[in-house]
Amino acid sequence: MRIQFRALGAAAFAILLVTATSCKKKAPVAAPPPPAAAAENTAPPPGPSTLAARINSFTAEPRSIERGQSATLRWSVANATDISIDQNLGEVQANGSRQVFPGNTITYTLTARSAAGSDTRSVTVEVSSGPPPPPPAPPSANLSGVDMLTQQAQDAYFDYDKSDIRGDAQTALQHDAQLLKQIFAADPSFTVVIEGHCDERGSAEYNLGLGDRRAQAAKEYLVSLGVPADRMTTISYGKDRPVCTDATEQCYQRNRRAHLSPGTAH
Amino acid sequence: MKTKIIIGLILALAAAAFVIGSGKAQEIRGTISGGEKPRIAVPDFRGSGSAQRFMDTFNQTLWDELAGSGALTMVAKSVYPLNVPQRPQDFRPPSGNVSNGPWLTDWSNPPARANYLAFGYTGEQDQKLVLFGFLYNVGQPDITSAQVIGKLYYGSLDAEGAKKVAREFAADILQQFGAKSLDGSKIYFVSDRTGNKEIWSMDYDGSNQHAITHYNSVSTMPAVSPDGRMVAFTTYALGNPKIMIYSTETDKRLPFYNPVSSAVETPEFTPDSRHVLFATSLDGWVQICEADVSGADMRRISHVRAIEVSPKVNPKNPTQVVFISGRGGAEQLWSMNIDGGDLQRLTDGEGYVANPAWSPNGQFVAFAWTKGYEPGNYNIFVMDIARRIPVQLTHGAGRNENPWWAPDGVHLVFSSKRGQTTQLYTMLADGTNVQQLTTRGNNIQPVWSKAIN
Repeated sequence: MRIQFRALGAAAFAILLVTATSCKKKAPVAAPPPPAAAAENTAPPPGPSTLAARINSFTAEPRSIERGQSATLRWSVANATDISIDQNLGEVQANGSRQVFPGNTITYTLTARSAAGSDTRSVTVEVSSGPPPPPPAPPSANLSGVDMLTQQAQDAYFDYDKSDIRGDAQTALQHDAQLLKQIFAADPSFTVVIEGHCDERGSAEYNLGLGDRRAQAAKEYLVSLGVPADRMTTISYGKDRPVCTDATEQCYQRNRRAHLSPGTAH
Repeated sequence: MKTKIIIGLILALAAAAFVIGSGKAQEIRGTISGGEKPRIAVPDFRGSGSAQRFMDTFNQTLWDELAGSGALTMVAKSVYPLNVPQRPQDFRPPSGNVSNGPWLTDWSNPPARANYLAFGYTGEQDQKLVLFGFLYNVGQPDITSAQVIGKLYYGSLDAEGAKKVAREFAADILQQFGAKSLDGSKIYFVSDRTGNKEIWSMDYDGSNQHAITHYNSVSTMPAVSPDGRMVAFTTYALGNPKIMIYSTETDKRLPFYNPVSSAVETPEFTPDSRHVLFATSLDGWVQICEADVSGADMRRISHVRAIEVSPKVNPKNPTQVVFISGRGGAEQLWSMNIDGGDLQRLTDGEGYVANPAWSPNGQFVAFAWTKGYEPGNYNIFVMDIARRIPVQLTHGAGRNENPWWAPDGVHLVFSSKRGQTTQLYTMLADGTNVQQLTTRGNNIQPVWSKAIN
């Protein structure tokens, strides 16, 4: 049953992906109207009012950005019963603004409709790629093994009263295994402590055993990924070191964890 | 149905108390089988001269001790006769129907309808407080046959002395009814009131609270040896959780060699106080082990890929161990032989079980169970181990854990979170007469030790 759902989900995702890709490809092909003239035309034309929808203005500010920055779309529409912007922005009010974060150069088209007639106008935001992100710091240059571990290690989470390594915990520990290998290679004396923790609901006595089991299970999984067993020790804190104390499943889940911390030599 | 079980439990407990009780048992058996506890009148005692200052303390202590025992029905003071005797010679037999002064029938007739009267007075003698304490069976025809207790008690001339003589007098009275006095018994527990979990000690009534450990770490799960001379606990003071043992007489640490393991926890002494059972992580799972009180000659008892903690040895049958095991899913109460054989699950598999504790007569196990409630919402249960019928004593008033039997086999101490903090309470083993013992910080995991003589 669950597998069927998963297959369905994957199919839906694939369709979405295809749709998204085709949208992106279309954008540069569509010929935008001259943006400067369109963007600057803000004065409502004089004359007798008509029931046909009319776009008074549609601008982007700034017109060109670097990737990761934002631009603001502003518009003013009269007499329309139905106003929308494409690129998934959807229906909008007659007068408004919207902050957008496009990843590539993109053209937004505003469409205003009424029974008597419609109006469209487009504006293009130019996106330059900007400087590339800095490369990850070399292990020994700035970050010590302790810093790397405390900043980059991911906790592995567990189900209630269980010590099985779930799928998300496998992903976290696979990340941690790579990290540990990197740290151990840079510092041959480095050791790591795997802490096992529990939520507050079980008894203190059983939770100490359960936290021990969680730490052991996480260690066993790391060993299976090639992390040397003699560089890792375990400790159970049961429910004595919670990261939160709310009586909610969200907080309980945060506390049911295996956490990596530097060994005592560091 | 539930009421029947509870009544059955009370009768069984009372009968157990009676068997180990005093020579006056014949009379008490009659009372218990009649379904009623003896009615006792305890008018306020007065003190002569400087002793009077401490009589509020004395009267309160005496009343609390007798009322808290569960062995007696306290006759309300509002129905006492106005003329209260202080000495045996105050009694004056009536001439026919004409009263000549205080007499036994003043107390045995309505409205008091007492079976017994405790009376007396205190005075100062050589800078000491002296109590003249009497217990009369007011159903008797004359004062000679009425007297059950007539005794002098000595204490220091202060509030502590007043408490002392009141407790000793109460202990003598309770002994007449087969009830054991808790005087001198101690409760060891865990408190975080200093900011860290430390092992603490107090008298059975909540007085004289003081810390035994000062590790500024996490020290929890105390156990007390049946001879009262050792306290074992689990501590992070040395890094990973390990067991330490302290002498209760010197408050000093005794040697205990822990196995090489990531976790060693939940120590418990055997009835002879010469061995310790505990849980330790072996091959990736916490398992039940036994060693002598120095940690030597360690022996693994359980061999299963499951978490197993809290081994507790039957005080009357040292080969029977109850413990908490996660084998088969949610942790439950199990029983086994001390060699690991004859495994039996005692609870029905519902909910989660924790904190088993044997009654002194080896007949009952008290424990915490979430049955009928969400995970984490524990209540206290007591199970007759032969019949395996659990009786629920608390009903959702906070989170109730860590039950432990008093040496009298009639009271339980337990922890309960009934507000922002967790505190220790006592109750009778039928769930009634709940009294709060602690107020500062959070207080958990009590164990009750008999008095050391």
